[in-house]
Amino acid sequence: MNLHRARAVVRAVAVTATLALVIAPAFAMGSKETSGTQAVAKPAPANPRIRLATTTSTENSGLLSYLLPIFSQDTGYTVDVVAVGTGAALKLGENADADLLLVHARAQEDAFMAAGHGGERRDVMYNDFIILGPKSDPAGIKGSPNAAAALKRIADAGLPFVSRGDNSGTHTKEKDLWKANGMTPSGIWYKEAGQGMEQVIIMADGLQGYTLADRGTWIAVKDKTSLAIDYEGDAGLFNPYGIITVNPSKNPAINAEGAIALLEWMTSPRGQKAIADYQLGGQTLFFPNYRP
Amino acid sequence: MDALNEAFALLLGGDRETWWTVGTTIRFSLFSTMFSSLPGIPLGAALFLGRFRGKRAAVALVNASMAIPTVVVGLFVYSFISRSGPLGSLNLLYAPGGVILGQSLLALPLVTAMCYTGLQKLDPRYHETLLTLGAGPWRRLLAILREGRLVIVQAALAAFGRVTGEVGVSMMLGGNIRWYTRTMTTTIALDAGKGEFERALSLGVVLLCLALLVNFLSHLAVKDD
Repeated sequence: MNLHRARAVVRAVAVTATLALVIAPAFAMGSKETSGTQAVAKPAPANPRIRLATTTSTENSGLLSYLLPIFSQDTGYTVDVVAVGTGAALKLGENADADLLLVHARAQEDAFMAAGHGGERRDVMYNDFIILGPKSDPAGIKGSPNAAAALKRIADAGLPFVSRGDNSGTHTKEKDLWKANGMTPSGIWYKEAGQGMEQVIIMADGLQGYTLADRGTWIAVKDKTSLAIDYEGDAGLFNPYGIITVNPSKNPAINAEGAIALLEWMTSPRGQKAIADYQLGGQTLFFPNYRP
Repeated sequence: MDALNEAFALLLGGDRETWWTVGTTIRFSLFSTMFSSLPGIPLGAALFLGRFRGKRAAVALVNASMAIPTVVVGLFVYSFISRSGPLGSLNLLYAPGGVILGQSLLALPLVTAMCYTGLQKLDPRYHETLLTLGAGPWRRLLAILREGRLVIVQAALAAFGRVTGEVGVSMMLGGNIRWYTRTMTTTIALDAGKGEFERALSLGVVLLCLALLVNFLSHLAVKDD
């Protein structure tokens, strides 16, 4: 009887100790999170969290991880980044689930503004799209007269092409290029991934196929792949990014002040310079282009 | 193997973001376990004690709910807590509260079912004795929960295991926001897709250890039965 009780006590102690081991760090880390994440120079604004819905390219390229700590330092705001495709980001704005958007699909952005979902829209930066493929370029797209023709060569050769397939800005551009050919791509060679830019480049590498990518993400991930730029330079591959505040009258929970603060900062001389300063491997990923 | 070495380097070297992610996951999971157990355990016990019409259907419903995919729970909760949804004013979407709400709903049927089936394994004479002693329903509920406390521990551990390992709800309702709602599973999903296997693998190792720990604790509880 006594032995049984002693065993039960030992077991209870063991269980409590293991639980304590698990629980303690969980909360210790928790408290550190707020104090250590970003060094806050100024007193925090009334509503210090801004939610930015953006494309995967700005996040995957490392641009936002570079810019946002500077912004936080300057203003005391914390920015929560939800990285989705441009289509999904615009939808989040429409539902008032984001305070502002950083996206790249001009036609859809204009439609968003026209529908009254947006507060203010500004040009903020640009880069360009490129077509990635195996170094040997088996479809022979180098030297195509334009980007649409390059895609047609891939389709004619029946070589793997990985599409974002997620209504992102890059996907929108790709669909426009197919449309210019009068084609609806389908077949075993055409893979709709439904994933972010970085994932899609990795997939294209795995399949030794082609894909359309933005140059920023490519520069950030190229060392992890064996792919190369097989086509670039068409004026039709221009890739401009816009920053849009969500119309605050949609919902009282929208952090309108924070959204304006980030929009102003991104288009300020300081923000624009920070965008231009961001480099990987000696290459600039995004070029600021705000004109007041 | 290089990736595995780097994974351990991240863990043992105390990489701040890796350990922050581990801490966040455990924190969310503890809350979800609590919020699913608080209603789930009395529900399971009530299901066990209750003598009512449609009891079989209720049990079947609980069992069936366990099979609801995480993304469906996520989608359902999403439509409610979006700012354009009925609970939008609570501002839970893309915040820890949303993840915890979703995970709690996900684990609720599991806790209820585990509690119900666990209590069934208790000696039936215990409940009969309570009845013959003339204990009211509340007294019986409390007594049976006391008697079945290890069942409860097991149910809670199962809930904890379920929510630490799920990705659908965390991704959809948390938005995988760095330093805010990023958990072990969303990081793994993200990093593996990006070809960054080191951090994914290191978190995989932690998840595996957690799963083993939960099973170990659960096993201890069984041994006492």
